[in-house]
Order: sequence, then C-alpha cells, then structure tokens
Amino acid sequence: MAHYAPGENYLNSPPGLWSWLSTVDHKRIGIMYLWSILFFFLIGGLMALLVRIELLTPKQTIMTAEQYNQVFTLHGAIMVFLFIIPSVPAALGNFVLPLMLGAKDVAFPKVNLMSLYIYWTGALMAVGAIVLGGIDTGWTFYTPYSTSTGGAVSLMTLAAFVLGFSSILTGVNFIATIHKLRAPGMGWFQLPLFIWSMYATALIQIMATPVLAITLLLLFMERVFHIGIFDPKLGGDPVLFQHFFWFYSHPAVYIMIVPGFAIISEIIPTFSKKTIFGYKAIAFSSVAIAIVGFLVWGHHMFVSGQSTLAGAIFSFLTFLVAIPSAVKVFNWLATMYRGSIDLRAPMLYACSFLLLFSIGGLTGLYLGAMSVDVHLHDTYFIVAHFHYVMMGGTVIAFLGGLHYWWPKMFGRMYNERLAAIACALVFVGFNVTFFTQFVLGSRGMPRRYYNYLDQFQPLHAFSTYGSWILGAGLFLTAGYLLATFRKPMDAPANPWGGKTFEWETQSPPITHNFDFDPVLLHGPYDYRPAKPRENEPVAH
Amino acid sequence: MATHTAHSEHLDTSHAHTHAANDDGHEHGGPKVYAAVLAALLLLTVITVGASYIDFGGGMTNVVIAMFIASIKGSLVALFFMHLRWDKPMSAIVFCVSLFFLALFLIGCYTDLATREPAEPLNIKTKHAPGGQFGPPAPGAAGAPAGQPAPGAAAPAGTPQAAPAKH
Amino acid sequence: MNQSLTDVDSHGEHHADHSHDSRLQHHFATFEQQFDAAKLGMWLFLGTEILMFGGLFVGFALQQAAHPEAFVAAHHHLDKKMGALNTVVLLLSSFTMVMAVHKAKQAKRAAMTAYLLVTLACAGTFMVVKFFEYQHKFHEGLLPGAFYKVQHIGEVPNQFIFFSFYFMMTGLHGIHVLIGMILITWLVIKGRTGAFDGKWYTPVDLVGLYWHLVDLIWIYLFPLLYLIT
Repeated sequence: MAHYAPGENYLNSPPGLWSWLSTVDHKRIGIMYLWSILFFFLIGGLMALLVRIELLTPKQTIMTAEQYNQVFTLHGAIMVFLFIIPSVPAALGNFVLPLMLGAKDVAFPKVNLMSLYIYWTGALMAVGAIVLGGIDTGWTFYTPYSTSTGGAVSLMTLAAFVLGFSSILTGVNFIATIHKLRAPGMGWFQLPLFIWSMYATALIQIMATPVLAITLLLLFMERVFHIGIFDPKLGGDPVLFQHFFWFYSHPAVYIMIVPGFAIISEIIPTFSKKTIFGYKAIAFSSVAIAIVGFLVWGHHMFVSGQSTLAGAIFSFLTFLVAIPSAVKVFNWLATMYRGSIDLRAPMLYACSFLLLFSIGGLTGLYLGAMSVDVHLHDTYFIVAHFHYVMMGGTVIAFLGGLHYWWPKMFGRMYNERLAAIACALVFVGFNVTFFTQFVLGSRGMPRRYYNYLDQFQPLHAFSTYGSWILGAGLFLTAGYLLATFRKPMDAPANPWGGKTFEWETQSPPITHNFDFDPVLLHGPYDYRPAKPRENEPVAH
Repeated sequence: MATHTAHSEHLDTSHAHTHAANDDGHEHGGPKVYAAVLAALLLLTVITVGASYIDFGGGMTNVVIAMFIASIKGSLVALFFMHLRWDKPMSAIVFCVSLFFLALFLIGCYTDLATREPAEPLNIKTKHAPGGQFGPPAPGAAGAPAGQPAPGAAAPAGTPQAAPAKH
Repeated sequence: MNQSLTDVDSHGEHHADHSHDSRLQHHFATFEQQFDAAKLGMWLFLGTEILMFGGLFVGFALQQAAHPEAFVAAHHHLDKKMGALNTVVLLLSSFTMVMAVHKAKQAKRAAMTAYLLVTLACAGTFMVVKFFEYQHKFHEGLLPGAFYKVQHIGEVPNQFIFFSFYFMMTGLHGIHVLIGMILITWLVIKGRTGAFDGKWYTPVDLVGLYWHLVDLIWIYLFPLLYLIT
C-alpha cells in the first residue's frame, strides 16, 4: 500500500507545469477548469458592476449608449458561455464525479483534456472578439440585427461554436463514466444524487448543444454569405433563428441549474446528518427536468411573432417543467426536518439556495403564463427572474459546493467565520440588487435600456448599491479562499462526516484517487447507526 | 497484499479472452449478412430513384414516400452495419433518443410556422428596380405570401443583393 | 518481463504487472468494460452529430415548406445520376467498412487493410464526383446566398435559398467524409503493425460507426436534395 510517499497527492505529484498541461488526471483537469471559470466569473462580474454603475442615473453616467450595449452583451455572453455552463460540470464535476463513483478516472481521460483545450481555444477566440470590435447584440444574437451589425459578431459566434464542443465532450465523458465505472455494489439506486443530476445534465449537454452549434454556423453563414435563412429580405424568417437558438438555450438553463441541484442534494443530507428524503423522487425528477426542459423553448418567444397556438402549447408545457423542481425542494426540506443541522458555510449556501431558487422558480411560472408574459417580457422582471435562478440558484450552489469540496481539493480548511460573513453579504447584496428589479420590471422598466424614465432612478440606484454589497461579499470569499494556500495541508479526509466515496480517501487525494479498490458498503446518505450486517448496500 | 490481489484479479489479461471483447459467444454479422444487406440497400436505392419519377399526387406524398424508403435503408445500416441488432441495448437507446429529440425540434418549429403567416411578406427587390437595393418595389411586383406562385411573368422576380460581407 | 509486482517508477505510479496489455487503460478493469465504454461514448457522439445535421434538415424542411416552387425549380439543376452514383459508392463503402471491422476482429490484417483501402477509394470517388458537381454549379453561378447569379425575369424566385442549403448540407457532409478518410488512413497505418485483434479492435469499430453515420446522413440527403418533385 505504500506506493505513495507521505504528503504526496495529485497536486504535487508529478511536479512541473508541463505535467499539468499534459495531464489526463480528472482532478487536475477539474482544477484547471476551476481557475479558468473563476477568472471569467471575475471578468463577467466586473462587466456587471459597470452596467450597474451606468444605470445609477438616466442617460450617460460613465459610458455612451454604444458602449453600454457592448458591456451588457459581454456580461451575458461571458457569464453564460465561459462561466456558468462549464462551472459545476467541468470544474467541480470533473473533480468529484469519478471519486464519488469509486473510479480512478473518467471513462475517456484524454478526451477530458481535449475538452479543456477546446474551452481555452474558445475562450481565447471570445477574448479576441471582445478586443477586436466587441459585440452589441445581446448574448442572444437575435437576427436580423446580429446579421447586419458591425463588430466582431462572426468571431464571437465561432468562439461559442468551439466552446459548445467542450461542453459536449464533458457530457459524453460523464455518461460513459456513470454507466461503466461505478464501484462494485453501486447500482443505479445506490448512486449519490449528485451523480443522477450530473447524468441528467450530461444528457442535455449532448442533445442540446449540437443544435446551438448548427445555429451559430447558420448565423455565421447568414452574416457572411447571406444564405437566406433568417433574413426576411432574403426569404428567411427571423423567428426561425429564435426557434433554433432557444431549442438549445432553454435546455441550457437546465445545464446550469441541475448541477446546482446536484450539489444541494449532497450538502443537505450531510449537514442535516440525515438520510435524504425521497431518493427516487429526486433522482427521477432530475431526468424529468432534462426531458421536459426540451419541450418549452417557445416560452422565450411569446411576443416575437410566434403563432398563438404554439405559444399556448409552450405555455402549458412550461407549467409542467416546474413540477419536478418543486418535488426536489420539498424533498430537501423534508430531509432537513428533524435533522441535526450543522450551519457551516456549505449549509448556509444551501439554505440560501432553497429560498432564492424558489423565488426564481416561482417567478418563472408567472412568466410561463403567456398572458402575463406579454406584459413582463423584456422588462427587468425577466432580468430579476433569471438572476434569481442562475445566480441565486446555480452560483449560490456552486459557492456551497466550492466550500464543501475545498478541503478535499486543496487539503486546507477555509476560515469559517469569514465564510459566514461573506455568505451574509452575498445573500443581502443579492436580494437588494435583484428583488428591486422585480419591482422595476413590473412597473415597466425595459431591459437592455441605457436610458430610462426618471421615476425609475431611485430603484435603479438601490439595485446598484446592492451590487456593491454583493461584490464585496464575493471579493471577501475570494480573499479567504485564496488565503488558505498559505496554510499547511492539514484538512482531514472527512471534515463534514460525509458518506460518499470522495470522503474515504485523503485530502487532497492521490493521483489514482484510492489506494484500495472501493466497494460499496453503505448507501450514500446512510446516517443511521451502523447495522450488524456488513457488505450490504442499504436499500432506500 | 490484499489490494494488490484484488487489482490483478480485475486485470485478467494473462488468461486472455480469445473471443472478441463484445461477443456473446457466437458470431454475428459476417460476410453473408453484410452482403445481403448491401444488396437490399442497392435495390432500395433503385426503387427510390424510380419512385421519384412517378407523381403520387399531393404536395407532400412524394417526400413522405422518399423519406420512408430512406428510413428503411437507414434502419438496415443502423441495425446491421452498425451492429445495433446484436449490441447491448444502450447503443440503440442513444440512437433512438437522439432521433426523438430531433423530432421534437422539428415538430415544435413546424407547429409555429404552420399556424401563422410568414414573418414578413415576401418583398424582395430586384437589382434593377427603381431606388436601388432597398427602394420601393417595381410596379407589379406585389409581395406574395409564401407558398403562392409569383404573380405573372411580368413581375420582376427577386434576387438577393450581393451586400458587402460584414464580419 | 520478470519484474517485481510492486514496481514503482519515479512518479510513484503503480504498475500491477508488466505483462499487462498496455492497450487496457489503467482505470478500466477489463477489456470488455473498456470496449463497452468506448462504444457508448462513440454512440453518444454520433447522437450529437444526428442533432447537428438534424438542425440543418429542420431548416431545410421549413424553408422548403415556405418556398416550395423555388425548391422544386432549383433542384432540377442537380444531376440525379451523379447523386445516385454517390449514393451507391457510399453504400458500397459502408459494406467494405463493416467487412474491415469484421476482419480486424479476426486479426486478419491483410484482409482488413484491403477492405479499408477500398473504403478509402470509395470515399475518394465520392469526393471526386462532388467536386465535379460543385464545379458545374460554380460554372452556372448556382452559388449560395449572396453569390448567386442574377436572376432573370421569368425564373422562379428565391432559388438561391435551396442552393444555400445544398452547399451547407453537402459541404458539412463532405467535411465529414474527409475527416473519415483521414481516420481510415490512420487505421491502415496503425493496423500495419498488427495492433488489432479479437481482444482489442476498438478504433476500427469506432471509425466504422462514424463512417456508417456519414453514409446514413447521405441516405437522407440524396432524396431530399436530388429527388424532390
């Protein structure tokens, strides 16, 4: 068993930059993804702060209208394509998923490395596009504006095309890994729920992203060669672009949130010291969300010129997709009920998630009702809704997961007191920023507008102050997390008392993950006292 | 060492499987089956081309028949050449699920486009119309809704303009 | 190879047994597990290809529904005979490809190589025929989108939309054929050293699956583009 020197782990062995750049170790790949997406979170976040500063006053505050269009477009494009879509799957998922399965790596380690390089290529192209003219179309690239405006739209389109393949390859790897590399004894219903959710996410990545690829290709061809698909002057249909775009982009939001669900499903049982309530319900609801999420894309197009019949059908289907999400929330709450609640940082984030995601999800129902959406579409209500689900949901869950697995990834514990303060700042700042925007939107403030009526100014200012509180919380988080690198690697293998496989190996793990062959001996959420019989997975 | 024994038990490569890794014991496929499938495919191709010369009436009927024959050919390729007939079910599930989502996409878009007027009436200008590229339509070039023949030979037909490509 | 079972190299890597076949990657327990995983991964990738090409098919279908006469008029410019020839060539190549996989499984290197080379030849023929078709279109000005020749009075309008799709679909398909040719060439090279046998012929099988998908897409492209009435 002494194949590894004491203190040897995946971070320090083998050493050297080239060993990292040529690695096939899923943990190293996950860490490289982690720094990359955090970098783009910073850039996208700075864009957001700039947007909010501009909106402190009507008319010009710090930039011109043309610059404003670029800044909000870049905020959206960077956050969606370079941060949030890869965030949980590629950064945390790559690290944790094989460990949780008791595997030594993902199914296709070299493909995993390739997906990282594809991500970096796409990211470079995107940065190039920003530098070489920028884009002002909104992250949604609607035609005919996107086919006729200047700027580096073509290059950004190609960048997103490239990034899509990174996402696809991650999805392929995860599905194959989950099917084929489970530890002995780990049947489908002994899987941690993190795995079920990542499976559902991978399903969406594989089925939806190729349609984005062809959409972007068609957009590029339309822009450069005027092929006549989206431009009505050429016999095309601009609404067709929206169909193509949203067929990917609606499932994409489930690529964003379902991994968040994955994290919450792990944190809540561990920090309630209680078996998850409704394992199968949560497991199946992930898959249900993945499938039903493909049926609802037209709810982005109620006022775009889509037919009323199609709108009505999409509206009805949208109500259905809320159900599996609600199933999860109730099961998580039931898990917490009468549990032994441990309110350390991951749990603080999980509880924040429950509230913020519920608000976001419920407001999605309002918007899914076509008659209501007619009034709220393209207002700040929409902006608030998606920030509640994407930031209040996914980002909060991501932060929770980051704190949960930080000791495993880096072998150090962060400062719990600072974490609690930062979480409070993030929570308060987030609500001040975005709840205000529900009010703004319902009172008629349109989105993507540079200038606005004076009556909206107090609310806009309030929202901007909230963004400063939010920003402070996030910078504080970055500070104390980075500060852990000055500490020795003294985190225990299992600081939280978790029951999944990743906690049964050292922190940080050795390169091959386990120095024994993991065999399932208990369920992933088995917090009951040990039973006399050994080697029997606990049935749920 | 306990771990080590377990490890090498899994790596049962020294007692090599002499049969193929994904075999259930007897041969499947094989030259005869593949040749028969090829013959069927070629025959169906002849039928497809032949059928295209016959007018089955109605706008969509010919397309439906062509797609139907193509699907038979596709099924033969998938089942026999791609081995779905003999492989574990997961491969076929992946294949069918992909087709299912594709069908969803087509149905969803079609539901919309079939139940409304096109986004904008066709109003394409010719290169030689007065007012140049985006000028008013030439007399007689009424905008025709999609699906109807252009009114009369006198109406100038539309062309796209070779607009300078913007990047 | 008679080394200690606990051989540890300079990186602390654990090698169980130096007689172990290096074609089995360290994170898999058996060849069968590795092969199943690879096959599943390949099918998942093919699923993405179906959806990507499928998007083009959907766009084509919707534009055809919007401009039926234009599509009917435009497709007459396509040569059915060349299209049919290409279809036959690809079907034949699919047959030779599956035979190559069959021979690889039986470790019959020479036969496998022969079948792979015929597949390559068919693919090359396909591309040559395509080249002539494209050349003809260029000659007649039947080009995508903005490069379409100026229409004359009396011609059915909007035919350029058909040609936009024609070039996009056959172009993307052609790129996939070229990639397939590169992959098949790689198989020929790798196969010369006797790398494939009944225990491990995964790359041949996977390239075969890819190639059959390329054929499958053409099976649908041919009637849609060439045989509309």
